[in-house]
Amino acid sequence: MAEVVVPIGPQHPALKEPVNFKVVADGEVIVRLELDVSYNHRGIEKAAEARDFVRVVPLLERVCGICSHSHTTVFVKGIEEAMKVDVPPRAQAIRTIVAELERMHSHLLWLGVAAHEIGFNTLFMWTWRDREAVQDMLEEITGNRVNYGINEVGGVRRDLKPAVINAALARLPLLEQRIATYADMASRERTMLMRFQGVGKLTKQQALDLGAVGPTARASGVDYDVRNDDPYLSYPDVPWKVVTDDHGDVFGRTLVRVGELREGLGIVRHCLENLPGGPITTKAPRAAPRAEVLSRYEAPRGELVHFIRTNNTDKVERLDIRTPTLANWTSVAVSLVGQNLADIPVIVAAIDPCLSCTSRITVVDREARRTRTMDWEELRAHGIRFYREKEGS
Amino acid sequence: MDPALLLLYMLVFPGFLFLLGYAFFLQFVDRKVSARMQARVGPPLLQPFADFVKLLGKEVITPRGVDGKTFGAAPLLALAAVMTAFLYVPVIGGSPLAFEGDLILVLYLLTLPTIVLFLVGWLSRNVFAALGGVRAVTQLFIYEVPFYLVLLGPALAAGSWSVSSIVEWEASNLWFAALQPLGFVIALIGLQAKLERTPFDIPEAETEIVAGPWTELTGRRLALMRLTMDVSLVVGSALIAALFLGGPLLPWPVEPAWFGAAIGFLLFLAKTLGILLVLSTIKMAMGRIRIDQLNAFGWKYLASAAMIQVLAVLLLKGWSIP
Repeated sequence: MAEVVVPIGPQHPALKEPVNFKVVADGEVIVRLELDVSYNHRGIEKAAEARDFVRVVPLLERVCGICSHSHTTVFVKGIEEAMKVDVPPRAQAIRTIVAELERMHSHLLWLGVAAHEIGFNTLFMWTWRDREAVQDMLEEITGNRVNYGINEVGGVRRDLKPAVINAALARLPLLEQRIATYADMASRERTMLMRFQGVGKLTKQQALDLGAVGPTARASGVDYDVRNDDPYLSYPDVPWKVVTDDHGDVFGRTLVRVGELREGLGIVRHCLENLPGGPITTKAPRAAPRAEVLSRYEAPRGELVHFIRTNNTDKVERLDIRTPTLANWTSVAVSLVGQNLADIPVIVAAIDPCLSCTSRITVVDREARRTRTMDWEELRAHGIRFYREKEGS
Repeated sequence: MDPALLLLYMLVFPGFLFLLGYAFFLQFVDRKVSARMQARVGPPLLQPFADFVKLLGKEVITPRGVDGKTFGAAPLLALAAVMTAFLYVPVIGGSPLAFEGDLILVLYLLTLPTIVLFLVGWLSRNVFAALGGVRAVTQLFIYEVPFYLVLLGPALAAGSWSVSSIVEWEASNLWFAALQPLGFVIALIGLQAKLERTPFDIPEAETEIVAGPWTELTGRRLALMRLTMDVSLVVGSALIAALFLGGPLLPWPVEPAWFGAAIGFLLFLAKTLGILLVLSTIKMAMGRIRIDQLNAFGWKYLASAAMIQVLAVLLLKGWSIP
């Protein structure tokens, strides 16, 4: 076959969220691809500027459905830093427990999605069933399955009762056993090895050059984990290690995530067993002094950054969110070239893309068949003009 | 055979009516067993039939620039081909329509759905469908050679090219699954590839190319094409049951004749269901491989093993008949 352009997305069965690749393929081999993100702008950064610190936390929880706790934790961490508030250790431990449970449910979900991308639906069904155990724990601890609502500036909103701790500890052995099964499957099942090994190669140098983060970078041998390099919450007090791998392919990324499942379980168990006493929150001031904070956090997908500028008020003056998926996109574009058409879904899925967190606004001109991205000034001017015309003033 | 009885055989039992019912039933069993293996509940008994009726009522969309008549006729052709093939496969005893060489006819008719899928993909004017069509035909060239070779093994050994005569030979001797175990395994793998089931669902890989050649099929066209695959499953498993597992015949005569036919029918059901269970387990236990990996696997191992099997049959036969 000659070169064909295969459109993947914005609507495609492999994608759960809208993104568009124009893949140029020669028969089954990918020659190059054009990447087009930004189908889903929601204006959350702007909305955050209009809410005070109490009301902005539930909003940020909704940036992403999977890593909701990540977005609130990184934000309150930054605000607490700006206010110079010391958070009680019990609150830090509870945040850590929720954070690691979130990482576990995210990685279990990813394992299922990766299996589904290669048509291995049995593993998909199994991991998602066992993910329910994690979600049940989260529900018992926080009251919610998805948007936990546990964080507030100064601490957490719910304490852990002994009954809840015991119930969570009782669930861990079964989960540990299932994780061991999946680790075994991921390293031994024949079709998974055929489809994962040597696919989507990213060398250590490429990972560093392209600024890859999270499991994608760690699978290429980059020893970078914010939990270790810029410690926060209870991570310095808990025994755990950064999981890295040298394969640099989808197989390596699978091993890293399965390894992190194990580590995450260990962290949760340690925190539950050694939960410090004391209060779960401190009274935080209503306004934050003038400050600029760059708050970093290791979300399940990699390093999540919130840049926060405060200005002596009870609202942020500017919030800028850099999600791990945005940092990892370029590595996908590189590792796809020369691969098989059949490998696109699994390579894309290997960074565990979370698209609605990543989207920025794009304008599509249907007549001229062009797309372009609006920058902030343009968008602001456009917004003002649009409403002026609409209101007729 | 009485012409009226023959008509009854063709149209009602064990012909078309039974075939359609059994195709839905096998689809149900496949889905239920898969679901249980995946820790799901699975569909109720009549779900496949309900799906079929629902699809029949759905709107038929012809893509712009596509010849609607050819596009609509393609699934019918495929369905007619596999339903015809079923008439030559023994169900309650030897087929009354059997003739010397019907094995070749059955194999030929079973290949038609794949060719039709390629045509549908090519006609669709859709890049996913075209890619899927090319994949379907590439896959055809890979699995069809070993599949044909090992199905000819029993024919060579039994000295007949009629499925019914091969079954009779097995009744008086041994099952070919025992005589040619390598051929039996390759035939099962070939059938899995022919039916485009995991790990060989490459042409319709959902996460890669949407639905491959099926992408633009809608309404009753989609219903008929799916039914074709279900019927292919029945015919394929019945063919392997006949060629390798002795089909519906018992090694000793059973009186009266109706009782023999009933026993034969039960044997047919048991053997086809057994084959389906094996196929479903393979489907559930694996992921999808890539077309280049299938190419390497098919030509390096499957084709060589099939040739060794046929060579062994020819040599042993030459040995025993001086």
